Amino acid sequence: MGRLMRVELTPRASVAPGMRAIAPILAFVTAFLIAGIVIWLLGRSPVAAFQVYVIQPLSDPWSIQELLVKATPLALIAIGLSYCFRANLWNIGAEGQYVVGAILGSWLALWTHGTDAGAWVLPAMIILGILGGMAWGLIPAFLKTRFGVNEILTSLMLVYVAQLLLDYLVRGPWRDPKGFNFPQSVTFDPSATLPTIAETSRVHYGAVFALVAVIVTALVVGRTLFGYRLKLTGDAPRAARFAGFSAKSTTLAVFAISGGLAGLAGISEVAGQIGQLQPSISPGYGFTAITVAFLGRLNPFGILVAALVVALTFIGGESAQILLKLPLDLTQAFQGILLLCVLSADALVSYRIRIVGRGGGK
Amino acid sequence: MTADVSSSRPLVELKGISKRYGDLLANDQIDLVIDRSEIHALLGENGAGKSTLVKILYGVIEPSAGQILWEGQPVTITSPVEARALGIGMVFQHFSLFDELTVAENIAVALSSDWNLARVRARLGDISRAYGLALEPDRAVWTLSAGERQRIEIVRCLLQNPRLLILDEPTSVLTPQEAEHLFVTLDKLAADGCSILYISHKLEEVRRLCRRATILRGGRVVGTLDPRAKSAREIAALMVGTEVGEVRSGLPHQPRGEMLEMHELSMPAGGLHGQPLHAISLSARAGEVIGIAGVAGNGQSELFAALSGERPADRPDSIRIAGRPCGTDGIDARRRLGAAFVPEERLGHAAAPTHRLSENTLISHATAEVSRSGFILLDAARRLAQSIVRGFDVRTPESDPQARKLSGGNLQKFVIGREIIRRPKLLVVDQPTWGVDAGAARLIRQALVDLAGEGSAVVVISQDLDELFEIADRMAVIHQGRLSPLRNIGEWTKEAVGLEMLGEAQLHGASHAG
Repeated sequence: MGRLMRVELTPRASVAPGMRAIAPILAFVTAFLIAGIVIWLLGRSPVAAFQVYVIQPLSDPWSIQELLVKATPLALIAIGLSYCFRANLWNIGAEGQYVVGAILGSWLALWTHGTDAGAWVLPAMIILGILGGMAWGLIPAFLKTRFGVNEILTSLMLVYVAQLLLDYLVRGPWRDPKGFNFPQSVTFDPSATLPTIAETSRVHYGAVFALVAVIVTALVVGRTLFGYRLKLTGDAPRAARFAGFSAKSTTLAVFAISGGLAGLAGISEVAGQIGQLQPSISPGYGFTAITVAFLGRLNPFGILVAALVVALTFIGGESAQILLKLPLDLTQAFQGILLLCVLSADALVSYRIRIVGRGGGK
Repeated sequence: MTADVSSSRPLVELKGISKRYGDLLANDQIDLVIDRSEIHALLGENGAGKSTLVKILYGVIEPSAGQILWEGQPVTITSPVEARALGIGMVFQHFSLFDELTVAENIAVALSSDWNLARVRARLGDISRAYGLALEPDRAVWTLSAGERQRIEIVRCLLQNPRLLILDEPTSVLTPQEAEHLFVTLDKLAADGCSILYISHKLEEVRRLCRRATILRGGRVVGTLDPRAKSAREIAALMVGTEVGEVRSGLPHQPRGEMLEMHELSMPAGGLHGQPLHAISLSARAGEVIGIAGVAGNGQSELFAALSGERPADRPDSIRIAGRPCGTDGIDARRRLGAAFVPEERLGHAAAPTHRLSENTLISHATAEVSRSGFILLDAARRLAQSIVRGFDVRTPESDPQARKLSGGNLQKFVIGREIIRRPKLLVVDQPTWGVDAGAARLIRQALVDLAGEGSAVVVISQDLDELFEIADRMAVIHQGRLSPLRNIGEWTKEAVGLEMLGEAQLHGASHAG
């Protein structure tokens, strides 16, 4: 008899309440173990790597600030994406919305450059940044609601359009004439620069925006009809229509919100961290934020924690590259391992694995 | 072969089957014997443990205790695949079909690999003709009505020549003629040696088909009897635990103003195989129950969508609710005019399966007392859910459970209660008692009649003719998107309705219309 074993997931009748809390911790331990094995296979000491990846950044004040700086755009974008993902809409193009937000906000900074325009410049830049990201996000939303075009494809393709647009601008019309032909804009005036939260700190006000976004989102998701509308649209679209929630306006709203927050992250990064426009203004925050959103299970506070953890892997990855000569790609691999472990842990909390032999008894 | 020895043994024997979910004992020491060629009825209210028991037999869930003997041999059935290998086929009440696939593909995926599409298509024709289960093999399932979907499930099992066929409420979406066809089929199958476990709430059906019925209540067997030797009332009393009464007609009422006027509404088909509506005129006055009879797939879902505003019409004055033109308005605006709606599909349409009952109140009360300026009033939602649960005898496994944890009948009581508690001026219900046990069905019908008695207009779209004759004041029949004239219930005979359902009365009917 051909005995074909197969693996089945069967729902658990009841879930121990403690398990839901412990699962992510177990997932982290597992992810570190797997990463340790990979590092060991690469011929490095896993213990030293753990030291460089985790212990060192967390014990050094400079690194901790760096951590907050990197976590800021991740948290802002991921919070925005959580609106889309809750409603089962797939905005994969936050990177592009981030870039367009940065471009539109920077336009004002460059236009007012050297004019001593006053205190209104920075707030106006931030608003333009939000509007830019929003507009870019609304393109796939409009194409979906009007023509039924798949939003995954359009939002992703618009990332490349945005990046090439940025590239063109900093190499062409917006290039600093005194910049020795480097592809970058002039450095923003102080009135167009997002200040740091303390004088000695590197952490800029973007971190405050991220915190506000987390708190407001927690309120929206848990307490408002709009939050329930997203949940219902995601979980039971027909019931959402029955409730009178129009799918079109939901789609437009969540893309506007996630695009707007990505644009805010973009302009905050350029005005607060980089200080000028250059061809590359993101190490892929818009894509990594997708991981962050799911690591945080679409929960605003979970996303905040996940953004910090993923930021840690960025910083640890950079030091590991310098100190241990480990490839930078390992950071992305680790982010992937972490996501898979967390998702598996989630599944295993609600389901148990059963190995079934075909035709046989147990 | 030891046919003589084995034929004296029953086909299946369940001994002391128990299933515990936490504190809830869903099955308590159940014994059940099914003989060869027997059509055995399993009767009981929703929540009595019938679904749990048959899922154990079909390998979907594991029993906590007890033994299953198949032809006298103890067996452990750990999956539906194993159940099918033994020769057990099951037609579920909730369909397990892939919406995007065609009828033939849906059948082929469930069968073993030696069934290819060509073979399925060939056999499908034979089966459809033999058993009166009309199906087009190449239609996508998402375009089919509930009735047609169930036919796929039935045919799918029959193609496997099962030795034991389990049917869970199979006739709930069939026409009387189709149901009679099915009974003939089942009799024939039984005569050919297949045993049948028949789950139903319709006592007349059980008495038509079965010589032995096992009755469950609260997870225990409360009796095994010959349903033909007992009156329907006695059997129902065993099931429900108390005497079942007739639905009282509402207070003596005189229909007053028009709450719903639909004037010559036409609507193109929604999907590829949807049913267009042709010049439908309909009215409902305060204080009366309007019945819409018809066979599944004749435009009922489209009529419901047009009434609810899920598909708005072209002209505002094609629909008036409480005198106000609202044809182009959405469902929300119509709710604000005092209308309320209960769609056919409980899970996914009327209620979100994974949401708690309190959250599910938001679906139709979003504009009412459970929210204020965009914020949800969680306590108010919980209290509302509680009062629906109490007011409509909804039995829940815990306080404020997810909707999917309720049995079909209890969830139906909840979604109907959710609308009635708003005291709507107009209530439109599609298939109010589909797949619901006798006790719940009676409660629901009573609630609908009472609502009309208190001065609301109630429109009931139903395939259950007995139900409509019991509660409707006026009735019309829908056939291929056209509605017959509304007539007082006393002017209808079952034969006349049957003719309308088949489209035979269109010619004769015209002369009667006033």
